[in-house]
Amino acid sequence: MRRLAFMALAPFCVLLLQGCAGWQSALDPKGPAADELAWLIWFFTALCAVVWVLVMIALAAPLVMRSRPGDEPLLLDAGAERRKMRVVVTAVGLTAIILIGLTLLSFFANRTLAAIGSEAVLTIKVTGHQWWWELRYEDATPSRILTTANEIHIPAGEPVRLLLTSTDVIHSFWIPSLAGKLDLIPGHMNVLDIKADKPGVYRGQCAEFCGAQHANMGTFIIAEPRPKFDAWLNDQLQPAGAPASGEAKAGADLFLKRPCVMCHRIGGTPAGGTVAPDLTHIASRKTLAAGTLTMSRGNLAAWIADPQGIKPGSHMPVADLNGDELNAIVAYLEGLK
Amino acid sequence: MRQALAMLLPLTLVLVACQREERDTRPQSALGSGEQPTPVTALEPGGQRPSASDNKAASFEANAFHLSEGKRLFGWFNCSGCHANGGGGMGPALMDEKWLYGSSIESIHATIRDGRPNGMPSFRQKIPDDQIWELAAFVRALSGNAPSSAAPQRNDDMMVHPSENRLPDAATLGKSP
Ligand code: HEC
Ligand code: HEC
Ligand SMILES: [Cu+2]
Repeated sequence: MRRLAFMALAPFCVLLLQGCAGWQSALDPKGPAADELAWLIWFFTALCAVVWVLVMIALAAPLVMRSRPGDEPLLLDAGAERRKMRVVVTAVGLTAIILIGLTLLSFFANRTLAAIGSEAVLTIKVTGHQWWWELRYEDATPSRILTTANEIHIPAGEPVRLLLTSTDVIHSFWIPSLAGKLDLIPGHMNVLDIKADKPGVYRGQCAEFCGAQHANMGTFIIAEPRPKFDAWLNDQLQPAGAPASGEAKAGADLFLKRPCVMCHRIGGTPAGGTVAPDLTHIASRKTLAAGTLTMSRGNLAAWIADPQGIKPGSHMPVADLNGDELNAIVAYLEGLK
Repeated sequence: MRQALAMLLPLTLVLVACQREERDTRPQSALGSGEQPTPVTALEPGGQRPSASDNKAASFEANAFHLSEGKRLFGWFNCSGCHANGGGGMGPALMDEKWLYGSSIESIHATIRDGRPNGMPSFRQKIPDDQIWELAAFVRALSGNAPSSAAPQRNDDMMVHPSENRLPDAATLGKSP
């Protein structure tokens, strides 16, 4: 019977452990900030575990080793009293030292975190919206400022500064593999510095409940070697490509005639909406709607046909398109690499 | 027995809390897309014209969710560019009791969908029909024509005027009953 229960539980434990690795885990650090935090977590946990075990032993000891009442219970043994006193004072002293030590440790960890961004090579403004992330790559030259959404490309091994704010409610930006979480607050700018040691894809998630689709507000940090990152940035700065086929051309016209143009921007076309994700290079992204769907022609069509079925309550309404119109728009967007 | 019944009462009361506000976010295609002809004038030879009433209007008019969506879209679609938060600019004020084309939600819907000759653009095809209804419901709230229990209660940014649920009814403002 016990064996059975154990065997039933084992898969769950394995599943739990899975949470400790992968592209979204604070216990599998991939950057200096996350390293520092993971080390702190393990050290705190280990030390506290030792203290807990000692306290439990101290509590259990008197239960096991009952002292026999002497002939004269009211008579105090001065020597024993002094020994007990010494034990209590030592324990209090140790507690104080441990607490001060842990405070110092977290203080020094904080210093390490703060130092990461001191020579940031790139500043990205991250604006939280219900339920997606707007990204603005700052640059001194206005024509090199890039606006995009949801997918954050950064150069690997280089510190990057993120400026976090929001336009509606409080969100929180959390890429567990790279850094701790920090809130995006309307009317306020928070600064988070991150660095990814190695190229890779790290998933993040809004970590502050922000409404109906909070759970579907994901983001990705894609760390790439410098040359690849520069190439990506230059591609993204280009205006949208001209539609390649007749169908795509019809789609481009429809995009401007139908509701899409009221909310979305496509660089190089009259579509200049700023309240929804920039679609200039939508087909170059790996996911749709803040990590809700993977990018594919089918998912693109599904999203445009029924955003309210996929992300109920999302701020993209169902546009009344017929089949041909939908196909044309999808053909156009699919070509926006 | 009586005790059990007494326990049942608070339990049913607790269950009441499970009712959640319904939010219709998908178009109700069964209701069509508000194609009713809206009269520009109430004058009609041979008596009174029956007042237009779209069966879609009712599901938007006093619905808190749709009103607040309308408020968000009023900013998103830059109605404020011409109507300045309802106070009026290049376009007429929407907070007062004067209506050029009628105060009913149907006429406002028609105004937004088809435009009006003196500079109000037509948003037909540019705004899905349900969102036009949301805007129309919100425009009515600007002059205090929505129940205060449903009208929006706050702004996401600076308040340019009291929130819509506290706006007075423009038609009776300043007049003694
Ligand atoms: C009222 C504004 C609005 C209109 C109109 C609108 N959208 Fe959107 N759209 C949004 C918002 C907001 C999002 C982000 C949704 C989310 O992730 O929660 C979005 C997301 C998208 C995305 C995914 C973007 C990404 O980065 O993953 C695509 C593609 C898209 N819309 C296409 C369209 C097309 C095509 C139309 C016209 C038929 C359209 N939208 C009309 C507001 C709008
Ligand atoms: C380009 C400027 C402009 C924009 C943008 C605009 N309006 Fe108008 N609007 C006008 C003008 C001008 C009139 C007066 C038309 C007339 O007198 O024929 C008007 C009239 C109206 C009326 C009728 C008022 C009455 O007294 O009957 C309503 C309602 C209205 N607009 C709502 C909106 C909404 C909602 C939006 C956003 C979707 C909007 N408008 C966007 C300029 C604009
Ligand atoms: Cu959230």
